[in-house]
Amino acid sequence: MIGDAAVTDNVKISIRNLYKIFGADPKAALQHVLDGTSKPDLLKEHGHVLGLRDINVDIREGDITVIMGLSGSGKSTLIRHLNRLIEPTAGQVDVDGEDVLAYGEEKLRNLRRQIMSMVFQKFALLPHRTVAENAGTTLGVRGVSKREYLVEADKWLDRVGLHGYGKHYPHQLSGGMQQRVGIARALTSNSPIMLMDEAFSALDPLIRTDMQDLLLELQKELHKTIVFITHDLDEALKLADHLVILKDGYVVQQGEPQHILLNPNDPYIEDFVSDINRARVLRVRSIMTPLDDSGVPPEAHGEVGFDDTLESMIARSGGDTSHSYVVVQNGKPVGTLEMTSLVRALVPRIASESGARKY
Amino acid sequence: MATYDFLFNGLGLRGWCDGGKTSDAPVSMADLLAKTGVKEEQTIWNLPFPSLNELNDACGSMAQSRDVTKGVEDGFLAAKDALRFVLDPLTQPLSWILDFTLAAFEVTPWWIMFPLLMVVVYLASKSVRLVGFVTVCLLFLALVDHYDHAMQTLAIIFVCAVLCVLFGVPIGIAMSRSDRLQRITIPVLDMLQTLPPFVYLIPLIFLFSVTEPKLYGIAIILYAIVPVIRLTDLGIRLVDKDVIEAADSFGMTDRQKLFGVQIPLALPNIMAGVNQTIMMSLAMVVIASLVSAPGLGVLVLRGIRNLELGVGLVSGLGIVLLAIILDRVTKAALNRVNAAQKQ
Repeated sequence: MIGDAAVTDNVKISIRNLYKIFGADPKAALQHVLDGTSKPDLLKEHGHVLGLRDINVDIREGDITVIMGLSGSGKSTLIRHLNRLIEPTAGQVDVDGEDVLAYGEEKLRNLRRQIMSMVFQKFALLPHRTVAENAGTTLGVRGVSKREYLVEADKWLDRVGLHGYGKHYPHQLSGGMQQRVGIARALTSNSPIMLMDEAFSALDPLIRTDMQDLLLELQKELHKTIVFITHDLDEALKLADHLVILKDGYVVQQGEPQHILLNPNDPYIEDFVSDINRARVLRVRSIMTPLDDSGVPPEAHGEVGFDDTLESMIARSGGDTSHSYVVVQNGKPVGTLEMTSLVRALVPRIASESGARKY
Repeated sequence: MATYDFLFNGLGLRGWCDGGKTSDAPVSMADLLAKTGVKEEQTIWNLPFPSLNELNDACGSMAQSRDVTKGVEDGFLAAKDALRFVLDPLTQPLSWILDFTLAAFEVTPWWIMFPLLMVVVYLASKSVRLVGFVTVCLLFLALVDHYDHAMQTLAIIFVCAVLCVLFGVPIGIAMSRSDRLQRITIPVLDMLQTLPPFVYLIPLIFLFSVTEPKLYGIAIILYAIVPVIRLTDLGIRLVDKDVIEAADSFGMTDRQKLFGVQIPLALPNIMAGVNQTIMMSLAMVVIASLVSAPGLGVLVLRGIRNLELGVGLVSGLGIVLLAIILDRVTKAALNRVNAAQKQ
């Protein structure tokens, strides 16, 4: 997360000018797209579907990068380009500075085995293997012996809260538990990058929250580079260090989630943003006034954390808008917060007429 | 004076027609009798279809239908030697396997065979009740002196079903991987499945000698291999796309994917195919008694030929019991596979 010591500015995966067109002759259709044909026109006039258009995203090492969009926005297509489950029509994907698209079969297999592991929306566990065998699959495909990989699998199963379930079969587990196996399977591979394709979307809300907490907790320790796909803005805001919003195959806006929330640059995003509980998502750091030379104001009602949510601030002040607080980060005062500016930040955005809502 | 004379006269072909020589294809008795019969008067209501035979009546140079069947026969006979030259050595091992297995089932004394079968049934089904049922059926068959015949039938089914699986599963896998191969194979499978069982026997009788076991072996395999091919293909194609994608994303090789994911997940369907294959082998082995296949079918045939009602019915009952045993045991095995991997 922000301020975490392990976050570096190293770009782990860099996506450049990525295009994907589905259809009989994507190369020819690409020219039309480059000439400015829109997605509906491409489908109507040339019979091709525009999957992704000119995607440029840098995914930093140790971050959780969330790619969000409605169904059909191309987010699942995009994540499958990272490990080339789908081949792009044009563009470049670099992992650790190497062009993945130039990889031959052997190197690609190696990338999938060692560098990237994936978690799926529908779990995709092997029904004929036990939970521990499933969790060890990623090692098994590399040729690690069963005895060795079961030890490693058990370790990670314990870590995701499935101690003692190793000998069960997947169908004996609930959905949430099955996805824990899916996560354990990805972790067992010990790969630096984890791709999560709507990993929690099939779970019911309470379990989903649990799983999000589990992921954040694991991430605090493991500092993996995680690419997370979701259609749920609350989930995206909770997990994201870097948020990429897709619409109809192109990036509408990307950046720090709090920033996007406060400065949506597109009616589409305003629609999304108008729907969420802003007090729960926005944090003190996004709306505080940085400390100037005059020092800590004497009339402050107390100290608050840099990363506290506004919701906790409202509870703290008891709803009194005349209060003001000193914001403290790592024991040092860094800013002040007026309750009036907090209330101003909570003024709801009105869903735009031209946005997705009209449909 | 034939119905369609006007056609050839009108076209000015009369001279060509009368110059034709008569066919040397064999004439059936019915045709000969028809020639002596009194011709009915022609009206619009009994106007004959302009078939080859009708046209031949009007014009001697036209071919008759019996020329067509004779042509097919001649064509087959001409190709026969070449076919036989290739197929005979290729299929010879089938004769050896069948002879060997039949002999093995016959030499094994009943007091070894019974426990052996019970162990096999138990291993396949893990059900003591089913073992009891099979034992009662076998004891009944042995009691009415049908044991030897039942064992012969079982031996043939065993060989043919094993070979069907051995060939059928790889063919099914190949079909599931190539849409082209599937498009080519499906009409062949459709034909094999719809041809009446008796029709298989006709060309085989010409190709191989009737005394050879491979004759009925081939007939049974061709007839019974279809379901296991179809269901293997179907089973592998039905494997959850998400699981396949996951396997790809972990960097599985094609081989790891086939043996670690596709075949295990297709196993319930493949087993259903094996069950069908065994049942169809049993159906065919009875018919194959016409071409010297030993077993219970011989007794059924005797019942029909000599009108020995009792012999036919008792051996028929024996076949039913065998069918129930084979079906229940394979289904029990199938259910175990299903239970192990329900989603």
